Amino acid sequence: MAEEKKEGWKELPIGAIIDEPGSSKKFKTGDWREGKKPEVDEEKCIDCLFCWIFCPDSSVIVEDGKMKGFKLEYCKGCGICAKQCPVDAIVMVSEEEE
Amino acid sequence: MKIAAKTANEAMAEAMRQINPDVVAAYPITPSTEIVQIFSQFVADGEVDTEFVPVESEHSAASACTGAAAAGARVMTATASQGLALMNEVLFVTPALRLPLVICAINRTLSAPINIHCDHSDTMDQRDTGWMQFYAEDSQEAYDMVIQAMKIAEEAFLPAIVSADAFILSHSLQRIDMLEDEDVQDFIGEHKTPYSLLDTKNPITVGPLDLQDYFFEHKRSEAQAMKDAPPIVKKVFDEFGERFGREYSLVEEYRLDDAEKAIVLMGSTAGTAKELVDDLRDEGEKVGLLKVRVFRPWPLEDVKNALKDIKYVGVMDRAEGMSGFGSPLFTEIRSTLYEEGKKPDIYGYVYGLGGRDVKPEDINEVFEDLKKAESGKKTERVKYIGVRE
Repeated sequence: MAEEKKEGWKELPIGAIIDEPGSSKKFKTGDWREGKKPEVDEEKCIDCLFCWIFCPDSSVIVEDGKMKGFKLEYCKGCGICAKQCPVDAIVMVSEEEE
Repeated sequence: MKIAAKTANEAMAEAMRQINPDVVAAYPITPSTEIVQIFSQFVADGEVDTEFVPVESEHSAASACTGAAAAGARVMTATASQGLALMNEVLFVTPALRLPLVICAINRTLSAPINIHCDHSDTMDQRDTGWMQFYAEDSQEAYDMVIQAMKIAEEAFLPAIVSADAFILSHSLQRIDMLEDEDVQDFIGEHKTPYSLLDTKNPITVGPLDLQDYFFEHKRSEAQAMKDAPPIVKKVFDEFGERFGREYSLVEEYRLDDAEKAIVLMGSTAGTAKELVDDLRDEGEKVGLLKVRVFRPWPLEDVKNALKDIKYVGVMDRAEGMSGFGSPLFTEIRSTLYEEGKKPDIYGYVYGLGGRDVKPEDINEVFEDLKKAESGKKTERVKYIGVRE
């Protein structure tokens, strides 16, 4: 992940307010994820969408009623999707580079 | 200008009436209750347009006031002692949000033991919160400084506590010169705020979470506001002086010009001390007094200039500080003068805790000590005045 240059104290809005509405979209909570990320085996997946229902964030991509994968920018690696999948199509895999 | 007989409580309530804030959220506590009690009568009689919110505690008062200020209102409240202490966790929030709030505080000591009388422990306890602090010597200063503080707070975008000693000032009747209502309104001007939650054209989030990567920068920004405050205080004091004829400065130098020995203190004891200084001067002694009026922001340059040529200084604190060595005012004075070439010999004194009366002879003990120091006789660096051993 590229390091963005963060603002110095002089560039910040007064009183630590956030003056840009809807700015939470820019905050990629996925960078809190440590170690494991979900991967889906499309052969096993039955498109029940339990993973999408149970994901506490919005990390599961669904198109035309079909499970299409994960949006890792918001995935914190909690593993609830893997636990809830009724056919064990999702596994949590290590993100460490070999 | 009209002459009136007012206790500091009454004077501060009058100043509040003339400021006519949008919101006052308050909770009673001895001996500051009267301020909001009198003010609530003004509300009932329709003499102000204020939305008066009687809340269930001072913590709620501070929270409601901070919230109202964030919504763009001009806000004030009053409290003392335990009440100010109960506000503590909210008090750190207000300056961090850069909100111009003014609290009329009466300096009553903090428990335990429970005591309703005067010392400075309550406002000293708040010295790290980031609020500006103004200490009044008498009802006139209490009245004037509440009005000045409103304007200063709205220019510096930092909140202010204006305090007056419990019972000694809050409940004793003094002669004051009051300004006309229109003059107060004209002096403080239109309410200024750095932002407003009710400004729907510029939607904002106030008081969000900050993590390790931004918190320090936000605090640095807040610290700069306090560093930038002294010239703003001075400018408003000067404007007030030009308009209304009463001069104010961050510190008051009393007969310090050729003084060799001086005492430093804050609050009502200054009145007694000035009498003593006059008597000693009549006897030919070169003594003087430095009264610190503005404790936050710390008036670094003013203190340095006032004391650097004095040989012996006794700093009198009406608060213990409980560090084991030296009380708040003593510690700040020493730190201020540390780098001066020929720095004064500085001694610390704790006095007047819990309303212990301070007479001229008690203050004279300090001058006697400074004389001992002058003749080379060792004296303790920090001492207590007026406590039974």
